[in-house]
Amino acid sequence: MAEYRTVDARGLKCPMPIVKAKKEIDAIPVGEILKVVATDPGSVLDFQGWIKTSTSYELVNQEEGQDEQGRKTFVHLLRRKA
Amino acid sequence: MTTATVTELAIDPAVRAYVDERLAELRARLPDDRVTLVVFSGDLDRNLAALVIATGAAAMGLEVSVFYTFWGLSALKKRPTLRGKGLKERLFTLMTPRRLNRMPVSQMNFGGMGRVMLQSMMRDKQVASVDELFDMARQLGVKLIACTMSMDVMGIAREELIEGVEVGGVATFLGDAARSRVSLFV
Repeated sequence: MAEYRTVDARGLKCPMPIVKAKKEIDAIPVGEILKVVATDPGSVLDFQGWIKTSTSYELVNQEEGQDEQGRKTFVHLLRRKA
Repeated sequence: MTTATVTELAIDPAVRAYVDERLAELRARLPDDRVTLVVFSGDLDRNLAALVIATGAAAMGLEVSVFYTFWGLSALKKRPTLRGKGLKERLFTLMTPRRLNRMPVSQMNFGGMGRVMLQSMMRDKQVASVDELFDMARQLGVKLIACTMSMDVMGIAREELIEGVEVGGVATFLGDAARSRVSLFV
């Protein structure tokens, strides 16, 4: 699944990953996917919570990974529905 | 029942009008997607928590109102002045933090050492500062309201506060809080 844009939220702590994601997702066309790469483990539940209050976005996928610096990352794919 | 069948049924316009009216009444009583906070505290750590909730909620697409009262008003100060104030008001001006990032911490402040340490630890851990969160909240459209009664008691003039702050009283707060899904007192 190809993302339209990627947000680098690595190193950012709560609430910045969702704040940054919100700003970016409203700037992409409806139907497109925003990829958010975070290192905050709290971001996993945060993105799940975020979409609970919104009908405009959808959480497509969440997975763990590792960046080039060896940090554990949490990758979230969000679709803008409206 | 699908919309098609509803329209196919010949509903008496009077019944329809009645139902629409009742529905509108019910909708008016439902909570909005709103979060309302009261910030009473003039402590840095508590203000940090309030701002994290406010910015988080705004990022989640919720309408956010923050009411600042008493010690919390320091968060909104821009240029405190002694001009035109009585003795007690002057003392309050001098004894309260002159802006948000000068607030003491609620525990282990040790005359300001604790605050400096906490702020440096936050920087080390890449946690957004209170000033950054405050700016972010404003960018995200968080509504800021200063309580007029406590401004009056403490002798804080509208001109001493940052621009864009609304002023209101308890009914302003309750009007928003009564229709909020979340309201918190910090």
